Amino acid sequence: MRLYTLIGILIVPALGLVPGASVAAPNGAQLFARNCAVCHGADGNGGVGVPLALPSFQSSVPDSYLFKTIRHGRPGRVMPAFTQLSDAQIHAIVEYIRTFAPGKPRHLSDKPVKGDPQHGKQLFAEHCAKCHGARGQGGEGTGVTFSRPRNLPIMPPALNNPGFLGAATDQMIKATLMNGRKGTPMVSFLKQGLSEQDIDDLVAYIRSFQEHPLHPGQKDFKTIKPTIVYDSPYDLKTTVENVKRAAIGRNFKLIRVQYLDQGLVPAGKENTHRVIVYFCNFNFLNQALAIDPRVGLFLPCRVTVVEHHGKVKVYAINPERLSHLFNNYELNKLCDQMHDTYRDILEEATL
Amino acid sequence: MRTARPFTVCLWALSLAAGLWVSGPARADQLLMARSMQAFPEAMLALQESLTHHGYTVSRVQRVDIGLKKMGFKTDKYRVVFFGKPKQVDELASRYPDLIPYLPLKIAIFAEGDNALLVTSSPLQLASFFHHPELKPVFEQWNHDIQAVLDDLRTSD
Repeated sequence: MRLYTLIGILIVPALGLVPGASVAAPNGAQLFARNCAVCHGADGNGGVGVPLALPSFQSSVPDSYLFKTIRHGRPGRVMPAFTQLSDAQIHAIVEYIRTFAPGKPRHLSDKPVKGDPQHGKQLFAEHCAKCHGARGQGGEGTGVTFSRPRNLPIMPPALNNPGFLGAATDQMIKATLMNGRKGTPMVSFLKQGLSEQDIDDLVAYIRSFQEHPLHPGQKDFKTIKPTIVYDSPYDLKTTVENVKRAAIGRNFKLIRVQYLDQGLVPAGKENTHRVIVYFCNFNFLNQALAIDPRVGLFLPCRVTVVEHHGKVKVYAINPERLSHLFNNYELNKLCDQMHDTYRDILEEATL
Repeated sequence: MRTARPFTVCLWALSLAAGLWVSGPARADQLLMARSMQAFPEAMLALQESLTHHGYTVSRVQRVDIGLKKMGFKTDKYRVVFFGKPKQVDELASRYPDLIPYLPLKIAIFAEGDNALLVTSSPLQLASFFHHPELKPVFEQWNHDIQAVLDDLRTSD
């Protein structure tokens, strides 16, 4: 009897079953505002993320698709994995997302679709590759107007992405192909003249991407150093001049040269042994912002020259290491390029 | 016509799981982002006020959009706000020079229609870059403060 009482004391409160006690349910609206609105818009009308409020989107995706997408994200396609949220919190967000559009989502079974992937491959090249890419890699860029014009209301999703393949059921993909998505360039392929069997074949081909998932630019980021550092054999002043010359020589425009603590301490009180050289290649900047406007966080380009105990060192962030934060494979290429540029500038300045 | 057999389904499931694991999905908390319902000029002002309120000095604002426009590119308002605590920046730069490229802290702010978006990397990321135990509380404090600043911006109207 005592044992049962003890169990009751320990377990019942933990389950929130004490009469009168209540555990506050997660607030979907608040969670959405905090975690999703920045990309999908406060009203779900889209931004860098897809327009969740679109009725044709809402009606064609089951709750499980939304749940899994939030939980696992889209590796390399900006949408991150919300691993820090509990299941209850994600369910609350899904419930809130459903308030954006009236009506219930179309009921879709979990039954796999059977089709001929070889024929599907042929159809994919004819009908889908133009938007979704030859290998289902999706459209380029980050989405709807994220501070700059885009020519599509949404970015064609990457159908070969493991996050998409894990979240979307065969029946969901089939329904999208059959009905299209009103308000987006995705048309009904039934209306385009394909038969239901053709569509099944397409689904089978899309599902086959799972056998060879693409992971472009995949690397073990943890092994990459966050900072690029070179020792300089020159004095501080000469090294700063060398950095400026090396940057200009690589088509960068010098933005400004300042002390590290300039603006933080009163003018004249700065530590003159830490000098930042800012520079920019506006073509490169514009290209990077078009791929992912969030990357401005690490711009303009900067090299810091530091004299410490008579030794001069030159420092830069390592874009290769930081690219992982953005979850954007397209951006990784530019970050690798920027890493090489920093390395070359630092090498030349300290040669 | 090919049919999906249990073995094939298992193989798919395994390859999918492996795909998600190998690609190490980027976690949402690595970048701190917020949408302010205010227009850009008001959000910019609110950001600087909030940073000051939380004990930071704004050292500079980089006008990225001005530079781009001068070079003939089209862009909406885009700024990077640099901030820090003067004494802390000095001490950290002296003791941990590898941290210098990440100092002072910064938040990118840019217009999206009638709203403004704010982005910064989570200072907790720095803890995975720099393994000095004494730096951990510093990064945690920065993270706490920046989250508070972003909350201010989310709720301001």
